[in-house]
Amino acid sequence: MFEILKKENLCASVVRMTIDAPLVAAKAQPGQFVILRVAPDGERIPLTVADYDRAAGTVTVIFQTVGATTLALSYKEVGECLTDFVGPLGRATDTAGLRKVAVIGGGVGCAIALPVAKKLYEQGTVVHCVCGFRSGEQVILQDEFFSHSHKLITMTDDGSFGEQGLVTDALRRLIESGETYDEVIAIGPIPMMKFVSLLTAEYGIKTVVSMNPIMIDGTGMCGGCRLTVGGQVKFACVDGPEFDGHQVDFDEVMQRSRLYQENERHAYEQACHLFQKEVQ
Amino acid sequence: MPNLNVNKTPMAVRDPLERGRDFGEVAQGYTAQQAMEEAARCLQCKHKPCTGGCPVQVDIPAFIRLVAEGDFAGAYEVIARASSLPAVCGRVCPQENQCEKHCVRGVKGEPVAIGRLERFVADWHNSQPIHPAQPVPSNGHRAAVIGSGPAGLACAGELLKKGCDVTLFEALHTPGGVLVYGIPEFRLPKKIVEQEIALLKSRGLKVMTNMVIGKVLSIDDLLDEQGFDAVFVGTGAGLPRFMNIPGENLGGVYSANEFLTRVNLMKAYLPNSVTPIRCGKRVVVVGGGNVAMDAARCALRLGAQEVSVVYRRSAEELPARAEEVEHAMEEGIRFCFLTNPVEILGDENRLVTGIRCVEMELGEPDTSGRRRPVEKTDSDFILRADTVIMAIGTSPNPLIKSTTEGLETQRWGGIVADEWGATSRQGVFAGGDAVTGAATVILAMGAGKKAAAAMDEYMRSKT
Repeated sequence: MFEILKKENLCASVVRMTIDAPLVAAKAQPGQFVILRVAPDGERIPLTVADYDRAAGTVTVIFQTVGATTLALSYKEVGECLTDFVGPLGRATDTAGLRKVAVIGGGVGCAIALPVAKKLYEQGTVVHCVCGFRSGEQVILQDEFFSHSHKLITMTDDGSFGEQGLVTDALRRLIESGETYDEVIAIGPIPMMKFVSLLTAEYGIKTVVSMNPIMIDGTGMCGGCRLTVGGQVKFACVDGPEFDGHQVDFDEVMQRSRLYQENERHAYEQACHLFQKEVQ
Repeated sequence: MPNLNVNKTPMAVRDPLERGRDFGEVAQGYTAQQAMEEAARCLQCKHKPCTGGCPVQVDIPAFIRLVAEGDFAGAYEVIARASSLPAVCGRVCPQENQCEKHCVRGVKGEPVAIGRLERFVADWHNSQPIHPAQPVPSNGHRAAVIGSGPAGLACAGELLKKGCDVTLFEALHTPGGVLVYGIPEFRLPKKIVEQEIALLKSRGLKVMTNMVIGKVLSIDDLLDEQGFDAVFVGTGAGLPRFMNIPGENLGGVYSANEFLTRVNLMKAYLPNSVTPIRCGKRVVVVGGGNVAMDAARCALRLGAQEVSVVYRRSAEELPARAEEVEHAMEEGIRFCFLTNPVEILGDENRLVTGIRCVEMELGEPDTSGRRRPVEKTDSDFILRADTVIMAIGTSPNPLIKSTTEGLETQRWGGIVADEWGATSRQGVFAGGDAVTGAATVILAMGAGKKAAAAMDEYMRSKT
């Protein structure tokens, strides 16, 4: 069960993996996520569905090695199995009736933005994509974005690939140049989503953001993923993961996401030592 | 010659100071000799008032008589006829409100320690080599049981006895439901739950984990595509409630569900656990049920220096099992009765620093028959805290409701079911917390057992 069928590095720290999971593949839709465990007694981590193939019964995830569990996952090879793989969880992206959309992806968030762009493109929506990365070394999925958008702008902080600047610079330019969007969909680091939302609020463009907070069960049971949206408490796992960017309390989300930073750093370092020892 | 001692034969309990530092089981159980001695206190009443108080109708005097005679295997058989989880019930049932409440010995003195005896018999049985169960001839019916908590396990156990082919669907990665994610190791060792599930598997139960019904498969998929003849919904009440007071999203505020899931299911208390938990030095738990006691006692075991339980009514109304309250008090958990939180306070980093409370007094009885707590004016004060755990109840998860057309539910989310678990959808049965809202393990088991009988009848009538 949950055998790894394909694995490739998209850049130094980002891996794409295709998993055998027919039941999940049968129901998955863009915007939804899975929770997986790499080992017995392992941590449960949520990863957004990057792609699925119903006929082949496979689900693809893309992840960055940022913590102990993603590091352990990155050491799994084709032919090995995951301990658990549950989904699809959360609500699917609502793309109905959209004529023209700007899809903004930041870093590994581009992996989550891609299936949304793909779905929009395939249903005939005009799709403009803006991808942002720290530098050229982190750039991923350019061919896929290119073939599923009518316009693609890639930004890097240092200008080593595409244009130099932030995704908000590109988005503002698009809007200022007269492009009108039914909706902006922004998926990436919390500050990026916050500033995209602030920008689109200026122009009154509806904006959807995808939240990926700390989560345990992913079914509405623990409430660890709660956030405030329009003054109301929502659970990202069942009410989301997508929310109205103009209503999300990003500062609260940011603080809550930092609660286990110290533990995460420590666990990551320990895992690094462990894997280095194994390699030696 | 009956044992005329007015008190229960004491059961060994670990020293509060020692046990408060680890997750080892608190109550140690009876020895064979203690069990026989206690069993001799039973008067063997002909009208069996104790059995009347048991939601699954265990023939209590019969099993106790066999214990007194030293026939533990026979005693187990008697219990197992009625209950699918004796080792669990012996530990977590609120016996003082059920079987023991009706015990004639309780009129002058303490009732017979029925719970302790049940536990002894179950543990004795589990320590014996496993005898493979007699296979029940198949009746050709396939049943799906959703949720592997007490209701689901009891329902599955009964359906297996009737010869059904039963598949149990669990959303998490380990079966057991609240017995695994909710009730802590020191009160119910997980090995016991594993043993009970292994026993059901040896009788033919199929268990599928990672199956969030409503997402992976719907109830209609189970009935139409997967070929099940009937479905039992025992999905419990897993959705945590919050008070909707300011500060509830501050760092350091947990639902009891999150806190206990991290500790119990994800084993955050073990030194090498990969799922961490932030538990501070001053912990406030809001609520007065078993879940609140579990959370408070877990916090203590995780190294908290001061743990307070804040409850808006008085000690007499505490809904928790008496033994848990007693153990919590012995371990040094502080109780603030007639106290209600109004705001959680935080620092500039949005981390909890305290909880502002008001004092309450008891007014007229409310619909539950308990006196309604009323706020005293100008009585607010601040309790310092770096961790706050909300244990004020849970409601049924809306996932099944929202994905099953034609399934009638109450406004608060509970599935509408009759006494036998039949819902508004043909072939769909339900029981336990999913129907009643948060209640006890044994009531859920009783509902699962009854629904199994109704399902069996339904499936037979279909063919």
